[in-house]
Order: sequence, then structure tokens, then C-alpha cells
Amino acid sequence: MSDRASTKEPVLAARRVRKAFPGVLALHDVDFSVSAGEVVALVGENGAGKSTLMKVLAGLHRPDSGEVAIDGEVVELASPLHALQRGIALIHQELNLCDNLTVSGAIFLGAELRRGPFLLEREMARISRHWLLRLGLQIDPQAKVSSLRLGQRQMLEIARALRADARVLIMDEPTSSLTQTEVERLFEVVRELRQHGVAIIYITHRLSEVEELADRCVGLRDGKNSGELLRSSIDHNAMVQLMVGRDLSATARQPRNPGDVALSVRGLRTQAFPSATVDLTVRRGEVVGIAGLLGSGRSEVLRAVFGVDARVAGEVVVAGNSLSGAGPRQAAAAGVALLPEDRKSEGLILSMSVRENLSLPTLHRRGRWLDRDYERKVAASAIADLAIACRADDQAAGSLSGGNQQKIVLGKWLAADPVVLLLDEPTRGVDVGARVEIYRRLDELAGRGLAILFVSSELEEVLAMADRVLVFKDGAIAGEVAGDDRSEEKIMMLATGGTTASSGASAQ
Amino acid sequence: MKKLLGIAGLLLVIAMITTVLSYDEGSGNYTFLSAYNLENLLRRLGMFGVLSIAAAFVIVTGGIDLSIGSVVCVAGCVLPWLLGTCGVPAWLALPLVLLLCATIGLWHGFLVVGLRLQPFVVTLCGLLLYRGLMRNFTGDQTMGFGDADSGLRWLATGKIPITDGFGLPVPLCVLIVVAIVTGVLWQRTVWGRHLFALGRNEEAARFAGVPTGRLTVLAYVACSLLAGLGGCLFVLDVNSAQASSFGSFYELYAIAGAVLGGVALRGGEGFVIGVVLGAALMQLLSNTINLVADSNQLEFAVVGAVILMGAAFDELLQRWLRFRGARRRS
Repeated sequence: MSDRASTKEPVLAARRVRKAFPGVLALHDVDFSVSAGEVVALVGENGAGKSTLMKVLAGLHRPDSGEVAIDGEVVELASPLHALQRGIALIHQELNLCDNLTVSGAIFLGAELRRGPFLLEREMARISRHWLLRLGLQIDPQAKVSSLRLGQRQMLEIARALRADARVLIMDEPTSSLTQTEVERLFEVVRELRQHGVAIIYITHRLSEVEELADRCVGLRDGKNSGELLRSSIDHNAMVQLMVGRDLSATARQPRNPGDVALSVRGLRTQAFPSATVDLTVRRGEVVGIAGLLGSGRSEVLRAVFGVDARVAGEVVVAGNSLSGAGPRQAAAAGVALLPEDRKSEGLILSMSVRENLSLPTLHRRGRWLDRDYERKVAASAIADLAIACRADDQAAGSLSGGNQQKIVLGKWLAADPVVLLLDEPTRGVDVGARVEIYRRLDELAGRGLAILFVSSELEEVLAMADRVLVFKDGAIAGEVAGDDRSEEKIMMLATGGTTASSGASAQ
Repeated sequence: MKKLLGIAGLLLVIAMITTVLSYDEGSGNYTFLSAYNLENLLRRLGMFGVLSIAAAFVIVTGGIDLSIGSVVCVAGCVLPWLLGTCGVPAWLALPLVLLLCATIGLWHGFLVVGLRLQPFVVTLCGLLLYRGLMRNFTGDQTMGFGDADSGLRWLATGKIPITDGFGLPVPLCVLIVVAIVTGVLWQRTVWGRHLFALGRNEEAARFAGVPTGRLTVLAYVACSLLAGLGGCLFVLDVNSAQASSFGSFYELYAIAGAVLGGVALRGGEGFVIGVVLGAALMQLLSNTINLVADSNQLEFAVVGAVILMGAAFDELLQRWLRFRGARRRS
């Protein structure tokens, strides 16, 4: 089928598209096309220009030069709404539906049916229900968007696109916040849409998804085309080659020798799950992973240990000192560091400089007066040590790519010389190259005697990094997986509480 | 920093225009440049500048304080009462008033940080509450010093002679001291760095171990304390206070001065020198209108229009610079 698709006239094509932003040439004469009934994956490291290209195709950015063609006809897309009217829909990476609207209100946003000044609510609800059912969603069109789960909201965006007769769907990291079953449901929908002749552009960091879905895979590197792979030649290593231009096989891990207990949590009850208790210990030089479904209380444990959320009950002891839970400052002083889940709102102050971010947690240790020499030293050593790619240390942290931002968060805490390092989804939104570097660094830190406790939704990562994996379900530890019997199946079984591997079937 | 140069430039241009327009044919003098006018202008700048720095403390945290004018009223009514009715000595009365105002700030901080109420709501209610209480407390009577000010009035009306005719008004010196202390706090201490960090992103600052709650409370305390100081200067200047109108709308002057001086309402941005320049621009405009027009009826309208034009011009300029930068690079 894919062979037939590729010979067709592309529905949507970009030719020699160039786009510059202050300080960067985001796209450098990029060519791209997609045909009806074809799923094209777009891969590349963060900052390679994927999102910019998609925004050009969806009418959010105008190219500085080059052209965009629909069905071979060159078009000027003035706005996302205009693009949608021409059949191109962008499903955003960060879902930004107005959540005060009803479901049908969101589906018809910008194209409301009306007679004169009056909205035809009932008609819109009827049509909305039709599209929702086609996507297998049993949602009341009158429900508020705010009452939907993330996965449902994503489907809602797709329904909105289909309602507008979209022939091209652009999906930017659609699975980054979905649960496993929601991901599977999404894949079914994508396959079904492909059969109905919809062209799909799929952007993701998860290469296994590309292997599973894509007819063709296009690589971008530093704003340029870096090659493409056809269905038969798509595999993990080939894609990594496209993205980074070099082979990055995962580092072989040395066996670790855990030392004394660095972190001990006893009888912890969090606000989210006040009836579940958590007990865990992490030793110096040990890496412990926390797996589990979204909303299973994984992050809450890290937040409670760090003191960001007040704990309902329980005791946290770090290197022999009991923490009263007074807040992050106390935890940090005791030697705990946290890389939070949401880097942009919790990890960094995006509008402050790289230097100011790097020195923030440790500045007060140098006394009351601002020690600028110290700041510069901390920044210089973190930038060199973690290979943070920035022009200068006074560049705004928000202008760096996701991977480099994450390195800043790591760097600022390493400057605090922690005993216990807590990481919440440390590689979310981080490209392959920086990912491998972060893994390597964590391994090295564990080797130096740090106790590392990390939450991750990517089982591959958990299994590769952790000595032991604690699997969470409903706020409690459902089981521990360690040693040679570690496997993705085992973790999923514990996480879903199922007894067979096919527990995902009970989704609807 | 470029923004500050812009404000300074604007200040200079308006001052020159005012000078030219204030030419008095009868005497052949420029009224604007007269020692009397300049002293008066600088005295007002001193007092309003302190209020703008007060407002900036809270705006930098991403909050807002609408109660500044009412705190001015509290200081303006309580100081004469302490000195006159109670016969408290001056060296004690002034600290007591400042302590009272700081307590108001502490209360705001508690409501904002402890109860997580919106700063807008807390201080809007404060605006109504303190003025209402003062009107009741004074029975709407004018509070004056009589001859009980015991030399304190020097703080507001005194001047430090520079030349024969011209002296530096003491309130301006107060402003200079307040500005220097604030500038050192903001730019040279860890405290200041933390304050600005929390203004830009409170969550991330908290996650980095910054004691955001304590800092926010302190910012409100500093704000009300300075508003109280300003209130004392104002009442010492005019010698009496009427609770129903004293300090009314001053919060808006204070906020406008701070914002005009480059303190972003979203928090985390600003320089003290900018705040002083912004306050100066406000006072200069009001002075211009008084000198040039026959009445000050248009004062609010002109101030509003100038700020609006300034904001629009700044936005357009920024956009043009970004556009030009992008084009040059491509």
C-alpha cells in the first residue's frame, strides 16, 4: 500500500522552505511532502526544526522563502483557521483547547453553525456525536472539555479536524501525555484514518512508535533534511543515524555496589492518595526506578519527599536526618534535589539567564551578598561539565532546546552537591542525543555514591537504568521488579493490576 | 537598560518643552526653571517616588498593591493624632506609625501567602477598609499638627541649601536614600535575586529552594512600610489630613510611576532607577500642565494619554527591532 501511496501526487508539500527566527535559522531549504493515505513520521532532535516545519505547514508561521503546495497548487496559508479550511489540521503538542467550552463547542470552534446571530447548538451536538463515535469515543457533546482526560482531549482535537474535513493531520508528539491504552486507541484511529485516505504527519521522539506506524520516515537535523527511510528500512538505529548523524548505542552499564541507606521513606501518605502508604529506601550508589501508569501516585511521592507538597503522614529520613517537610529549602539543605516533571514551569525560570538558573539553588550558601564570581564559576563548570549548548551564560534559559534545558536543571542541583537525586520523567521532551548523555551522567553519579530515585513512563528507560523498579498502582507500591526477571511485561502487569499480559484490553 | 535611556530622554524632552512654554513675557523668565518651581517639583518627586518604589516591591513579585493610597491616609491621620492628641514625642511617633503600616503589610502578606487570596482582592479590600476605618476614627475631622509637629515638618518642607536661592528638598533626599537601599537590596543581595526569581516563576523558584512565601510577605511589608513613610511626608508637607480624601488615588500614581519606569506587571523585571525616572515623569507632566494650562482639569487626561502613548510606542519599537533583527540574520 505504501508503494502506491508514494507514487501519488502529494496532498501537501513544502518546497525549499526557509524560516529564520532571531538568532537561529530554524529551517534551511527543507523539502517535505505527504500523500493521501500515507503516514509520514518526522524525526529529529529537539531544535532540529520539526515543530517549525509543522507550523509552516499549518499556517502558524509564514516561510521566509520557499513554498507550500496543496494538491500541487501553491498556497499562502494566512492562519491555522485558513489552513484548516484548506484541509490541514494541526493537533498540538501542548493541548490548548479552551477548556471552558463544551465538547461540541470545541469541535466547532471558529466554524460555528448558526442561523443569523444564533448558534445551532443542537445541530452541532448531533454532528459532534457522529464524529466522536467514529473515533470510538462515548462522550456527551454537552460535557465540558475540562472534565475530559488528556487522551480524550487529544481525540477531541482529532474529531475537530475530521469535522473540518481535514485531509492532512499533523500530530506533534501526540502520545507524550497518553496512557498505554490511550496510545493503542490512538494508533487504531491513525490506521483507520490512513485507510480512509487521510494523510498523516507524525512527530515523535518515541522511535518504537515510528517503527509501528510509519510508511515513511523523514529526518531533520539542524534545520535541514537529513534523509528519509521507507517502510522496509525503518529501524531504530537507522532513525538515530538520521537524527544525530552518528550511532548512539546505549551505554553498557557497570554493575553497581550500593552502600548505606541514603533515603528512607516510612509510612508516607500523600494528599493525592491519603489511604495508601509508601515505604521505600534508596542506598548510596543505587538507582531505583518508579514505574506505573499516569496518575498512579508516582510523582506525588517525589514531591512529598522534596517537601513541595505537604505530606499527610509518614517520615522521610535523608542520610540520617529526619525531614519535617517544611519545604524544598529544608530538603535541599539536607541534600535532596528534584528534577521536576514539568521543566518549563517548575524546573527553570525560562526568562532568566542560564547563569542565574544554574546558581539559584546554591547562591544563598555564599552569604547574603550576591557573589557574582561564584555564579560565573558555577555556570562555567556546569556548561563545560554537562556540555550545555548555549552561546553565552547570559542567554535566556528558555531559548535553549529541551535537552539543554534539562541539563541546566540537572546542573543547578549537582552544584548543590546532593546526597539524593530525585528525577521525575527526566527525559520527557529530550532528544536522543541529550538523553544518552543524561543516562551516562546518572550512571556516573551513581558510581560516585549518589542515591538516585527516578520516575519514568518509558519502560525501556526504567529497565536500562534502574537496579530495582518499584511499580506503583493507586498510590501504593504494587510490587518490586529486580534482578534478572525484569521485563516490560512484568512491570505492566503490576501497574495495571492484571494477571495476564493483555490487560490493556479493558480500556473502554 | 535601553528602556531607561528612553524614559530619561523623554523626561528631558518634556522638561525642555515645558521650559520653553513656561516663558513669562512680563518678567522675561522661564517659570519652570525658577527655584520655587524646581524645589516644589523635586519635593513632590521625593514623596511620590517613595510610593512608586513601594508599589514596585510588590509588583516585582507579580502581585499588586491597591491599598497604598489608604495606607498613606492611615499614616497621615495617625501621625498628627499621636503627636497632637496623645502628646507622643516625635522620635517615638514616627517609628510607631511606620510599625503600624508595616503591620498592615504583614497582614496583606499573610492573606496572600497564607490564605492564597488574590493580591488584587486583598489590597482592593484594604483600600476600602483602611480609609473607612480612618474616616470613622477621625470622625471625618481634619487632623492637623497645630504646633505639635516638634520639628518633624523639616522632613517634608525643609531643604538643604545648594546656592543662594535653591536648595535640595529633604523629601528628595529621603527618596535618594530609599532608592539606594532598595537598589542594593535588589541588585546586590541574594534576597533581591530570589525576589526577582520568584516574580518570574514562583513555582520554579520554590522548587529551587527559594523561600518564596517569606519573601512575598516581606515584599508586602516593605511596600506598606514605604507607603507609610510617604504618608508621613505628605501629611508633614501639607500640615493636615482629611481622611475622606487624603492620599486618595495615590496608589494609581505609584503604580503608574513604577510601570512607566519599566517594572513589568507580570513580575520579575525592573530597576529602581527606572522607578524613580517613571515617578519623575509623572510629576513633571503634572507640573507642565499646571504651568502651561490655565487649570489642571486636563491633568489626568494628559497623564493617561502620555502613558498610553509611551506603552504603544515601546511595543511598536520592540516589534520593529525584532523584525529588523530577524531580517538581518536571514
